[in-house]
Amino acid sequence: MFKHHDKIERNSILLLILTIIVISIGSLVEIAPLFRMETVIEKVEGMRPFTPLELAGSKIYKREGCYSCHSQQIRVLRDEVERYGHYSLAAESMYDHPFQWGSKRTGPDLARVGGKYSDNWHSRHLVNPRSVVPQSIMPGYKFLPERDADISDIATDMEVLRQVGVPYTDDMIQNAVSDAVLQASNDRDFDALQKRYGGKVIVRDFDGNLNKVSEMDALISYLQALGTFVDFAKFDGIQNKDKTSVGEKHD
Amino acid sequence: MSSEHSNSHLAPVKYNYDIVKLFTIAATFWGIVGFSVGVLIAFQLAFPVLNFNVEWLSFGRIRPLHTSSVIFAFGGNALFATSFFVVQRTSQVRIWGSDNFLKFIFWGYQIFILMAAYGYLNGITQAKEYAEPEWYADLWLTLIWTCYLLVFMMTLKNRKEPHIYVANWFFLGFIVTVAILHIVNNLSIPLRWDSSHSYSIFGGVQSAMIQWWYAHNAVGFFLTAGFLGMMYYFIPKRAGRPVYSYRLSIIHFWSLIFIYIWAGPHHLHYTSLPDWVQTLGMTFSIMLWMPSWGGMINGIMTLSGAWDKLRTDPVLRFLITSVAFYGMSTFEGPLMAIRSVNALSHYTDWTIGHVHSGALGWVAFMSFGSLYHLVPVLWGKKELYSMKLVSLHFWIATTGIVLYISAMWISGIMQGLMWRAYDDMGFLQYSFVETVQAMHPLYLTRAIGGVLFLTGACIMAYNFYKTIKSKA
Repeated sequence: MFKHHDKIERNSILLLILTIIVISIGSLVEIAPLFRMETVIEKVEGMRPFTPLELAGSKIYKREGCYSCHSQQIRVLRDEVERYGHYSLAAESMYDHPFQWGSKRTGPDLARVGGKYSDNWHSRHLVNPRSVVPQSIMPGYKFLPERDADISDIATDMEVLRQVGVPYTDDMIQNAVSDAVLQASNDRDFDALQKRYGGKVIVRDFDGNLNKVSEMDALISYLQALGTFVDFAKFDGIQNKDKTSVGEKHD
Repeated sequence: MSSEHSNSHLAPVKYNYDIVKLFTIAATFWGIVGFSVGVLIAFQLAFPVLNFNVEWLSFGRIRPLHTSSVIFAFGGNALFATSFFVVQRTSQVRIWGSDNFLKFIFWGYQIFILMAAYGYLNGITQAKEYAEPEWYADLWLTLIWTCYLLVFMMTLKNRKEPHIYVANWFFLGFIVTVAILHIVNNLSIPLRWDSSHSYSIFGGVQSAMIQWWYAHNAVGFFLTAGFLGMMYYFIPKRAGRPVYSYRLSIIHFWSLIFIYIWAGPHHLHYTSLPDWVQTLGMTFSIMLWMPSWGGMINGIMTLSGAWDKLRTDPVLRFLITSVAFYGMSTFEGPLMAIRSVNALSHYTDWTIGHVHSGALGWVAFMSFGSLYHLVPVLWGKKELYSMKLVSLHFWIATTGIVLYISAMWISGIMQGLMWRAYDDMGFLQYSFVETVQAMHPLYLTRAIGGVLFLTGACIMAYNFYKTIKSKA
């Protein structure tokens, strides 16, 4: 058998082609089936894309490398669910391009941090983490409240995201900038915004400064949204027998 | 391996060492840069004041500076240097490509590194681990890498030695697989043609699977197959012995490249990735132990009949110790890929400890040994300036590695256990920040380990400098 290998060792093109074939097998088997969404993404209610302000916040999260220290994926383990909340569903990250599940918890998981801390806590924590958590080793980001959020062209982000499958509507894209400005204000007239993004959208002056829509506004709006979309009362009530049984395994 | 004189009826081959010299110097330079950034970020975790409240020095921005410079700048330049050297020598032919074309590849690769580094400091990142460079840098790298594949294949096609030596199978496997991984994982749409920002075409679960298919195979092909290419040349060369087993090298090559590809999902245990993919990833990761140890055995047993050289040749000591660390990491890896072990290790420093035993022990030591062998050959010197300094480097660096990985094992396992600890009343015992506090002395120990490792690399650079400058 080994003498046939001699043929491969004397032919560089054959070696190259066989190598490509061999490495393609595992790749295709593990990747291709995941694109059959109906077997991979759970049926949930409440899932929505990020609002323009939250999207600007997600860009800041990625820019600063927050994923280096913070995960956004609660595993199906008892202590984890108790510490952070319901385990993460595939549906919850389906509009994240790319995913932000993270791979390290130098700091805590943030998958369900939305609503856990006040805007004021986030504001102080992001500027100087040790002012609210003395033993924290997180860096401070004091420029966040001082800089304007990058929302002037956020509609382009939404158009590109639509091209890769995020369901932004024309209505959402046309009102991108005004929605972002509105969401960071104390204006109570946000019916149109809620019609576009659902009743749970949070509209507040996140950074406590009405004079600008700052990067702090954007980042806090993003953090306050994390993990809040899916209606778990409905999800856990549904018998998802034909779905991949996320959560049924406890090794 | 033949030297120039074995085909004595032909003119001796005029190998192109100039291009190898360029990559050798670049590898040494970037190694020191990469290790230095590593030391900085290690100290930042122990003393957050070292973020200096400056946006482009914050941990989140400079962590990818460290990972990219050690993997792609240090490791990548070392791979270029050694693959270009080995393919020439084992093919008995000068490397294919004009001097200018080869220099284009060299400078083009350095430009890619600089584009990536500038981007990270300024927050330009795709936010995907080990694939942070944005779309324009990715396109440039694709061009350079295609040229790399072309040069390597054309040199093989022009070979005078009819048989392709085993080291070249591994180099070729590394080059072509990395090309495929890079292209698929980085598929994205730029925001505008003049924007540095882009969005990955993959989202959610698909994005997770493709990212870890990429990242684990970056380990498997960039950091393993490529460095096995080095092993298969420099160990037999240095030991003056043939590779232990030809048949084992065949089994090793094909089983390694086939099985490695499947291992990615072990990074995603207990997540919302479907169970069946997690199980496949775990199973193949465990099977991966076999080809890995097959390679280790082939490398170490090549010393049969020449074990005494370990006492007298510190360069060989680097090479063999590297393979020993390879064996250790490729045992630890499959263990950590088991779901129940992973339930404890995931998200903790144990992963970091595992990475660094492989990166410092296997990858860096193999690079050091190979470069130590290469430098006198390339610059036509009889020997290195000082073998004592090589030995000093070895012991300082090994001490550094041991401090590093022990600190991370303790830190990681401790943190994993603290997260899942319940008290008598059935409540979670520790708040998250209490686990952070407990890790402080271990963060410090790890940083000191890194300082030692960096010191060793500086000793190596000094030794190279004195060697190159010496009279003969």
